[in-house]
Amino acid sequence: MTGLLTAGASARRAMRARAAVATARADGRTVVSRLASAPPLTLRQTGPHTVHLVSTAAGPLGGDRLALDVDVAPGTTLELGSVASTLVLPGDGPSELVVTARVGAGATLRFAPEPTVLATGCDHRVAVRLTVEAGANVSWREEIVLGRHGEPSGRCLARFDATLDGLPLLRQEFTAGDPALDSSPALYGTARCIGTTFLTARAAEPYVAEGLAVLPLSGPGTLVTALAADAVELRARLEQGERLASR
Amino acid sequence: MASLEAFLRGRLCTAGATAAALTAAAHTLAACARRPWPLLDAEADARTASPAQRDAARTQGRLLLRVARRVWPSPVLDELAGAVPSPHHPLALGAAAHAAGATSEEAALAAAYHAVAGPATAAVRLLGLDPVDVHGVLAGLAPDLAAAARTPHPADWAALPAGAAPALDLLAEAHARAQTRMFVS
Repeated sequence: MTGLLTAGASARRAMRARAAVATARADGRTVVSRLASAPPLTLRQTGPHTVHLVSTAAGPLGGDRLALDVDVAPGTTLELGSVASTLVLPGDGPSELVVTARVGAGATLRFAPEPTVLATGCDHRVAVRLTVEAGANVSWREEIVLGRHGEPSGRCLARFDATLDGLPLLRQEFTAGDPALDSSPALYGTARCIGTTFLTARAAEPYVAEGLAVLPLSGPGTLVTALAADAVELRARLEQGERLASR
Repeated sequence: MASLEAFLRGRLCTAGATAAALTAAAHTLAACARRPWPLLDAEADARTASPAQRDAARTQGRLLLRVARRVWPSPVLDELAGAVPSPHHPLALGAAAHAAGATSEEAALAAAYHAVAGPATAAVRLLGLDPVDVHGVLAGLAPDLAAAARTPHPADWAALPAGAAPALDLLAEAHARAQTRMFVS
């Protein structure tokens, strides 16, 4: 941070923010025991055990370093969503979001925010560290849109690590923003939207359809992977996969 | 031919680079005094969401290990076969390369080549592409193969790369379900 007035976005002060949400058990029910907002990550309780992310600033923009801590106590339930999609914009260097989630024994977490849109020129890093204890019930959905309408995608490196009682359950890295690689028939082909849902429920068998795969993991879990031309089709495919996996 | 090249490059940069790093990690592990093979195998499992691809990797690993134990007999290979009878292919390849006296980077290069050579051969057989053209594409990938072989393999296995290729997962599952199956990869 030099404070010098350089070109456009770089004159803006990059954000450092750490938000947190935690649940606790009181009289046999779930209470949201901690709700710490840090703009642009603002959290609002919208139901007895439902919390929504409300963006209170544009971005993330390049240079921003954001963190979200989620702690779901044993035997409690949390649903975490967002009121709108996230538009990742370019700025001064890469932007970063680190989500650390712990889900206790017998707890339920449903993480289903609106899609992340990678605007042209953005350089975004996402790291999700999900620690699950035995008997927890987790559904974790992530949707990425490769650029706004008609524009090339910005860059993104998204890493997802889920462990169960300390053992690796699912580790995945998505990269986007290299046009030659994005369009590879091994990666996304002609799709503009990529989505995954990690579930601790294990599908009885694999399932494949147009743009959808339901993949039982080696351990207790399922990965639903979907590719689609637009966000509406992507959501429909993911929800179909989630239903099949939870049946 | 352009779409074959894009397919191979996509596979190499994701599954190929991941396999290369796992292979190098297995090679390093083979030289250690204590060798927790099942833990490295679990890391490979966690990076292979598709059951069809897990089955293929384990079949190929078992077959490679069987041949390697005859060609380069070693206590390390016997130990791997005892601990994980059907290991993921990168574990078998890394351990076999160590038994054969190859370096870690040579083992990783073999893993990267393995990721593209199979589909390239299939393209010749099934799509009827000109074999010379396909080998030209493979030769053109040489710098990418070398880069994949240099994929870092940190001592903390949790941090090993985990490149995902969604369309590949869809294709592998669809192929496993096809009435006529021609390959296990």
